[in-house]
Amino acid sequence: MTEPPSKGAAIEVQDLTRRFGNFTAVDHISFDVAVGEVFGFLGANGAGKTTAIKMLIGLLAPTSGSAHVAGLDVATQTEQIRRRIGYMSQRFSLYEDLTVLENIALYGGIYGLSDEQISERSSSMLQTLGLTDQLVGKLPLGWKQKLAFSVALLHEPAVVFLDEPTGGVDPITRRQFWELIYSAAARGTTVFVTTHYMDEAEYCDRISIMVDGRIATLGTPRDLKAEWKVDSIDELFVRLARAS
Amino acid sequence: MEGRFDRRIVRETGESIVIATLRAFIIKELRHILRDRQTLIILLLMPLVQVVLFGFALRSDVRDVRLVVVDPSPDYATLALRARLAAARRFQIIGIAPSMHTVEPLFRQGKADVVMAFEPDFAARLQSHGPAHVMLLVDASDPNTATTMQSYARAVIMAYEAEEGAHRGKAIQIVGETRMRFNPTLESVNLFVPGLIALVLTLVSALMTAISLSREKERGTLEILLVSPLRPWQIIVGKVLPYLGLAFANVVTALLAAWLIFHVPFRGSVVLLLFESVLYSMVSLSLGVVVASVTQSQRVAMLIALLATMLPSSLLSGMVFPIASMPRFLQIVSNVVPARWFIIIARGIMLKGVGLEYLWRETLVLSLMTIVLMTIAMKTFKPRVA
Amino acid sequence: MNFRVLRALLKKEYLQIFRDKVMLRQMLMMPFIQLLLLSSAATFEVKTARMYLVDNDHSETSRGLVEHLRASGRFVVVGASPSMEPANDALLSRDAGMILGIPHDFERDIVRTKSAKVQLIYNAEDGALAGVTNSYAQQIISAYARDLGASLRPMVAESPSIDIRTRGWYNQALDYKDYMIPGILVQLLTIIGTLLTAMNIVREKELGTLDQLNVTPIPRSAFISAKLIPLWTIALVELAIGLTVARFVFDVPMRGSLLLVFFAASLYLVVALAIGLWISTAVDTQQQAMFSSFFLIMIYLLMSGLFTPVRSMPTWAQWIAEVNPVKHIIVIMRAVLLKGAGIADIARPLTILAVSGAIVLSLAVRQYAKTSR
Repeated sequence: MTEPPSKGAAIEVQDLTRRFGNFTAVDHISFDVAVGEVFGFLGANGAGKTTAIKMLIGLLAPTSGSAHVAGLDVATQTEQIRRRIGYMSQRFSLYEDLTVLENIALYGGIYGLSDEQISERSSSMLQTLGLTDQLVGKLPLGWKQKLAFSVALLHEPAVVFLDEPTGGVDPITRRQFWELIYSAAARGTTVFVTTHYMDEAEYCDRISIMVDGRIATLGTPRDLKAEWKVDSIDELFVRLARAS
Repeated sequence: MEGRFDRRIVRETGESIVIATLRAFIIKELRHILRDRQTLIILLLMPLVQVVLFGFALRSDVRDVRLVVVDPSPDYATLALRARLAAARRFQIIGIAPSMHTVEPLFRQGKADVVMAFEPDFAARLQSHGPAHVMLLVDASDPNTATTMQSYARAVIMAYEAEEGAHRGKAIQIVGETRMRFNPTLESVNLFVPGLIALVLTLVSALMTAISLSREKERGTLEILLVSPLRPWQIIVGKVLPYLGLAFANVVTALLAAWLIFHVPFRGSVVLLLFESVLYSMVSLSLGVVVASVTQSQRVAMLIALLATMLPSSLLSGMVFPIASMPRFLQIVSNVVPARWFIIIARGIMLKGVGLEYLWRETLVLSLMTIVLMTIAMKTFKPRVA
Repeated sequence: MNFRVLRALLKKEYLQIFRDKVMLRQMLMMPFIQLLLLSSAATFEVKTARMYLVDNDHSETSRGLVEHLRASGRFVVVGASPSMEPANDALLSRDAGMILGIPHDFERDIVRTKSAKVQLIYNAEDGALAGVTNSYAQQIISAYARDLGASLRPMVAESPSIDIRTRGWYNQALDYKDYMIPGILVQLLTIIGTLLTAMNIVREKELGTLDQLNVTPIPRSAFISAKLIPLWTIALVELAIGLTVARFVFDVPMRGSLLLVFFAASLYLVVALAIGLWISTAVDTQQQAMFSSFFLIMIYLLMSGLFTPVRSMPTWAQWIAEVNPVKHIIVIMRAVLLKGAGIADIARPLTILAVSGAIVLSLAVRQYAKTSR
């Protein structure tokens, strides 16, 4: 699985490791994600997914190994990386006491968009999502998540990291959410997504499954099902997770 | 016959389930408290630090009064008075000036406290039976200290005057022999410890309870408790009991520190004091529940708890400032401040060594407050989250 | 620093502050409540002392003494008895605050030896009260002795007399309010500066929005400025409200330059805010933030000379007070408002504030850098 990083990869990870004292949360993982790919990053709770993501987005320094995001080194070029990525965490993290437009204006300002860009993108965002301007705290969860995703894409990042974006969301909204993901990928944005819904895993271009800090398997959903002789990713996931 | 028997079994198992749930709930609450090391350490350290600070550092006695003497024409009388002032340990003569001109800047920069200005020919006036004039100018920006410094300086002059009079056998003297009962040296730590206990109990009981309840509200975990088989009063008990324990530990720490480090007297019954502390804790805990039930967020709960419990407990309780000195209106308000009653009780037990025979009124007031506040707490703590 | 980023962040902070109406109302109410409560409650002035009388002399002289005490308006007789037991009981039950004991040969001693004794026994449970009451009683008693001397020999004013005039500088009326209010305003600044800053940042930690901000390219300087500037302005607004109330409701004198007051307060607030920032880097929950701030603020305020004079503290405590920023701002506020001190008079404490502001802020910012990664 340790292929040499190819040119034009959006994410390149080589032997990335993170220890907390004696505990190794992420243990020499390596993989690439191509530009415009939807990459599913799976694993049971506590398998090390969140730690890995935190290293990729520069919230946590790696103990050893290297990783490049959008061609930039996560260990040394954190600030530049932050301009090129979007992030949506598993906890809803827009400001609930601000309105939709105020949140958009905030993040637009942070990423240095001009006032015209902000007003243009916010009106198109409201239109796409079918939202009116109101306090974010009053929105239903599904709407909040769709909004958070759109805000994460506001500055047109090269790579967007989604940490369990659809937790607690109803099936119809989840479907709509994935449509948003596909349209972002179609525009060339690389999507790095973690999820617990195995049906969603099937929507990804490629997936990896993490077990105990290592990547147990990686490939397209179809190849993996053939390789492990299972009917669904769900079955594969359970088998790998049980084996640990 | 059999049917009734069955029903009793059902009821008994139902009750034992509730007790088990309640126990699990209390254990959960204890875990919360014990896991948050930082808060726990601060809470346990707070009474200790307070007792030490109050005991060592916070004194209101006035020492080293910096005195400037303005003496335009030194003579035997002014020199004698200067010598007396120099000999008095409380005064420190930092300058002798011929006139008032140079004095004002010293005051403005806070370098001098008192000016004693003699009139010219002071001794001559005194000889001719006066009156000889002397002016005391005091930096009165702090009125307490000013009054004290003034009376010290006055005492020196009056003693001189009296002695001069006695020489000629004329003046009458009435000596007021003073005795300070219950705290002969006016040791401030003795006075503050009862107040500190009240403050710490308020902090732990009212503030902690209010915040931890509103935190569960904020996070939505309260709903889970409310749909459990626990009744509202059981939730309150489970929530409140661990904090009661913590409060108790705090009282013991504060008392031990006061006793071991500062030898604060315990003239009365320690058991009674601990019992009254628990009673006071219950009042505060109920207040905390009431605050939590009318607020939606931790921040607001904190602010309200600060304004409604901490502020009155420290200001309107007689802990630092005597209630008798307050305006009538605040004296009336202070009656509903539980800390006021607790401080009377604690001082009574510790300093005077009296028991319930003198303190039953205050104890009764606290008990009534507990009952009333508990009832309000039960009523406002609705089984449904708004 | 990127000003567009700063502007966006500042806008967000102000929007949030003004949207939380409950919080805002509480913050604006705070100066009123604190001033009202503290300024009228925080006094040691004694109105009337309840006196229990044990007069064993029953002479005209002893009655004269009691009458003098009573006439001063500061003492009321709440009970009398020939023996000490009921008097003691009154002290224990708090029905009386003091006992005046007059021995039975009081008058005879005065006539024969020109000197007599009385006993003053106080309930020193409340030490401050007892001390003040005692100094009043002593003054009245010596005045009575003097009057007695004059009335016994009205013709011969032979005894040498010294006339003592006293004047209090800066606060003639000895109004305790004037002294307390500048200090209370400092307390207000401290609570807003430290407590609210710590809570504000930690709240974003708890809600998860801080992580979201940390993955954006916000410069640290912009983030910290955006957090501190709003609270800094709010604290100054509160100070303005507080000063207005102090001036027009409580008649506190303002002899010095208000500009100087605000200048010193803005310097002090840098310290207070930086301490709040530092606390926020060290804790994870609002509860912890609150208790840590509370703990620190308590120590600061108690050691600052707000309630008890710094110069009454033991030497080591005075040294600690020297590095306590609260002490210096209180000195400045009192000097400027009550004494009309100018910038030259307060140069030293002002410098100390500026230096400690720079030190604490840079420490806090460094600390913040370490934990945000």
